[in-house]
Amino acid sequence: MNKQQTIEESIAKIPHGAVIMVGGFGSPGTPFSLINELIRQGQKNLTLIKNDANEKAIGISKLIENGQVDKLITTHIGLNKGVVEMMNSGQMQVMFFPQGILAEKIRIAGAGSFGFLSDIGIDSEITDPSQLIEWQGKTLKIESALNADFALIHAQKADLYGNLIYRASAMNFNPLMAMAANHVIAETPNIVPVGDLVPESIHTPSAFVASVVALQSLTKEYEVMERRFEY
Amino acid sequence: MSIDRLVRRAAQEIKSGQIINLGIGLPTMLIEYLPNDMEVLIHSENGVLGAWKKAPRELAEPQLIDAGGNYITMRAGGSIFDSAVSFALIRRSKLDISIMGAFEVDEKGNLANWKIPGRFSPGIGGAMELAQKTKKVIVLCTHNDKSGQSKILKQCTLPLTAKHCVSRIITDKAVMDITDEGLLLKEMAQDITLQELIACTEANLIIPDTIGRF
Repeated sequence: MNKQQTIEESIAKIPHGAVIMVGGFGSPGTPFSLINELIRQGQKNLTLIKNDANEKAIGISKLIENGQVDKLITTHIGLNKGVVEMMNSGQMQVMFFPQGILAEKIRIAGAGSFGFLSDIGIDSEITDPSQLIEWQGKTLKIESALNADFALIHAQKADLYGNLIYRASAMNFNPLMAMAANHVIAETPNIVPVGDLVPESIHTPSAFVASVVALQSLTKEYEVMERRFEY
Repeated sequence: MSIDRLVRRAAQEIKSGQIINLGIGLPTMLIEYLPNDMEVLIHSENGVLGAWKKAPRELAEPQLIDAGGNYITMRAGGSIFDSAVSFALIRRSKLDISIMGAFEVDEKGNLANWKIPGRFSPGIGGAMELAQKTKKVIVLCTHNDKSGQSKILKQCTLPLTAKHCVSRIITDKAVMDITDEGLLLKEMAQDITLQELIACTEANLIIPDTIGRF
């Protein structure tokens, strides 16, 4: 039941062409260390699912800049001009969903179901009429669940079984993705012995987690971004 | 143009007891104009209810931001949750007011603020769900774009975020309400005449007998 692995062996499980969910909304909750190891190992033709594309030269932006990503499924990449340009020039395919629809697609997959009915944007250009059905007197859109082969998760705290606790706004997509992917790799700067976490304070139960990576130190990417204070 | 006056005017829309979402840019700035003892809960799409003023550098926490990436503080009584819960809150219409920017907004309350085909398409983010599901949507934007074109139109031309969703428009030049009869002028900025306002507004304005000033 001890799921602790080195960062090298955990990321080595990921093959070329994998579909990978990556936690984080902006920087908080982004598993920077797992991403950096994926860059070092060099798996290619990846499909990434993440709320955003991080910002230039950090997080998944580095993976994209490094040419390892064929497709990004996301909601908004406005803070990353370089990735917008790669999308516009056709270097990488980008698929957008409304933010809450992306979250719900992942949540539903993590709950073991296959889709849900929504009224968001049904009369807008994001909806193709073939996606609509009549249901209980309403016109609704069928939204499919979204699974992945792998999820890369950042947790504030984890035990050796893989019980996870998130901190502040670093929670975001992490607990949803940790349930929706087939093989979940979680990194944490605070690994604790089994029994140390209060059971009802755990956000993601260990059953969903395949691998726990203890981070000995955190890179600068995890720190406050100084440019936010430059006006 | 006075951004300060525009944001200050928009801040007057916020009342004690409300749950609010503020869009990236101008709308988020109005938090800084709210009195510290006002009991409001500001929602941020990344999973925060109770977001408060920007954190100064020494108090910034790397793991606590708003949806625009600003380091924030939180007020007492706030909560943090995952992205599915964050949008459940939106889709279940728990927000009293959403204040959003606009590229275009029209007399019918149609809103376009997410895409300019061929020029700007970074993704829809949370805009569609906020516009469609918030009880009261207020648009906060400059009255004219950089080339002087009116953002307040008879009919939007860009892809819509949502139809018939806006109830009030606040610009640097005027406050206008979308009514069944059309776009009703409520207030004008101190430094503009009615003729000037009409000349820089493509939409038809209904002019009442008394017009407030801000």
